[in-house]
Amino acid sequence: MPSTLYDKLWDSHLVADLPGGEALLYIDRHLVHEVSSPQAFQALRDAGRRVRRPETHLAVADHAVPTRARGGTIADPLASAQVAELEANAAAFDVPYRRLDGEGQGIVHVIGPEAGFTLPGITLVCGDSHTTTHGAFGALAFGIGASECGTVMAAQCLKQTRAKTMRVELTGTLSPHVTAKDVALALIARIGGLGAAGHAVEYIGPAVSAMSMAARMTLCNMTIEAGGRIGLVAPDETTFAFLKGRAMAPQGAPWDQAVAYWRTLGSDPEAVFDKSVTLDLGEIAPQVSWGTAPDDSAPITARVPDPTTLADPSARAKMEKALAYMGLSAGTALSGIAIDRVFIGSCTNGRIEDLRAAAAIVAGRRVAPGVTAIVVPGSTATKHQAEHEGLDAVFLAAGFEWRHAGCSMCVAMNDDRLLPGERCASTSNRNFEGRQGPGGCTHLMSPAMAAAAGIAGHLVDVRTLEPAR
Amino acid sequence: MTPFTTLSGTAAPLPEENVDTDIIFPARFLLITARAGLGRYAFHDRRFDAQGAEIAGFVLNRAPWRDAPILLAGANFGSGSSREQAVWALLGQGITCVIAPSFGEIFYGNCFRNGVLPIRLPTALVTALTERATAGERFAIDLEAQTLRVGDDPPIAFEVGAEQRLALLNGWDETALILNASSDDITAFEARQKTLQPWLYDMGASR
Ligand code: SF4
Repeated sequence: MPSTLYDKLWDSHLVADLPGGEALLYIDRHLVHEVSSPQAFQALRDAGRRVRRPETHLAVADHAVPTRARGGTIADPLASAQVAELEANAAAFDVPYRRLDGEGQGIVHVIGPEAGFTLPGITLVCGDSHTTTHGAFGALAFGIGASECGTVMAAQCLKQTRAKTMRVELTGTLSPHVTAKDVALALIARIGGLGAAGHAVEYIGPAVSAMSMAARMTLCNMTIEAGGRIGLVAPDETTFAFLKGRAMAPQGAPWDQAVAYWRTLGSDPEAVFDKSVTLDLGEIAPQVSWGTAPDDSAPITARVPDPTTLADPSARAKMEKALAYMGLSAGTALSGIAIDRVFIGSCTNGRIEDLRAAAAIVAGRRVAPGVTAIVVPGSTATKHQAEHEGLDAVFLAAGFEWRHAGCSMCVAMNDDRLLPGERCASTSNRNFEGRQGPGGCTHLMSPAMAAAAGIAGHLVDVRTLEPAR
Repeated sequence: MTPFTTLSGTAAPLPEENVDTDIIFPARFLLITARAGLGRYAFHDRRFDAQGAEIAGFVLNRAPWRDAPILLAGANFGSGSSREQAVWALLGQGITCVIAPSFGEIFYGNCFRNGVLPIRLPTALVTALTERATAGERFAIDLEAQTLRVGDDPPIAFEVGAEQRLALLNGWDETALILNASSDDITAFEARQKTLQPWLYDMGASR
């Protein structure tokens, strides 16, 4: 019987079928960060358990860390204690740990691929919903809760229920200045925040084959915002070229053996999916979000939608609430909404390709008066690569701040956050109420669009930006 | 884990869709590494103003729902971030059952690992129940029988997975269950995988 990529990954990791329709799935790799692991390590301690295969875990601090400076002590006592606890737990349980002041530090979803820790054909988990990112390599990767992190450490397995499958076919070619982030936002706006719920989404089609790994990661990263816990792209030559020579990827004969296996991992041509949707990339314009969920997104050329046009009372109430929180009124042109802050970074758009795209817009221009703009590379290695390419100088000359790697303003649990009422053009993935700080308003967009907004001082169609002086 | 068998009390109505885990447990409190004592952070920014004073209108600040053991929510409750703190905060607040038309997937699973019962019911039924909850009526839940009763009305049936129900009824720890029942299967799987995909067992020169 023809099978999907998801079926192949599931079947090759099935340890046992359990009564009641669940299954025990083997977990090959686990990324560990400071927020979702303390309780898991504590559970191990309480039960007197050890970590079954310590070498299959990789720990790093990213969420709580300050990005202004590195190397000294962390000023916030809670954050400092949380990072210290991760370091101590990793040492006690023999789990590999990436030091905060080391070259290997960064956001879990950026360093995993960078290190070759993320590989095709594996199962990979992390106590973080954006673990979907790693599906870009053809890995079965999904976010789990802290209790499950403890289970993976102790048993190298998880109880799972098989997901349904959804095929998202991407055709056509992207117009200039339109990116994977725009594709993700357009897709989520079309299918809704629950459009992929219960489904493992596989991105298929010529447009996907043409995408870089960075673009595929952005796409898979945002899959959770459509309710899907799993996003997948079949591994191909682009994947192999990205991984070859990475520190933790196989080398020599095992590499050849691995590639031979990875080539078998695509969905069979006749494979049947539970759900299907097709998107023509040629029709997508740069997107921005206007509300308080990622599916509240629209082309930058559109206007803030009007709740009174909605027949369904609950949908109308929801939109009214979102607009009230965002301080926007129906009919306002999206292009022109004034902003206070720009955030370029996160596991969605903090990779070198993203920084290059933003720098290309910023070069020779200045941040608008009154706007505070920061660039936060997704990893320390990415930061150094960008500095090597001179991108830091481009951003600094334009009035952007150049920060150390971390989650930063994607999540309001470190020093970088919005003040109540502040409005931000952000390359992150969530625009929930308070996500970037209590009372803060987030507009999601691509790095190029966020850079353009910083220059203009308002949301703007990057395609219409005046040429740089 | 405390077993869940029966439960009765008021049900706090929160008829709002997409109440995500950022609303249930704001991110800035994620710096706390304990799992006990998180109750006061549940819905923190809805419950308290910037000065820390209670916001009078929020349902959990009002009688008779201050100590409600049940929450009656809108669709897609617990979506967003995977933070298990959302469940621990509900537990700390004394809420051990959430009724909604649908749930965020990770949140739903996290409930069962912590002795919290999430009940999915059709939207129309949840809407009808919200009226009863708003009137301050008492709800009674029997997990063994898989029924929910409001006042003297006939019981309403609900579905949960057979395994998940057993785990809740007995207060089982998932990790212990796996280690007890499947250790041999796991070892056999590893032996097989090591032959087929040896590269997964050699983590590279530097790490
Ligand atoms: S960058 Fe944001 S979404 Fe990504 S792991 Fe960090 S907090 Fe989560």
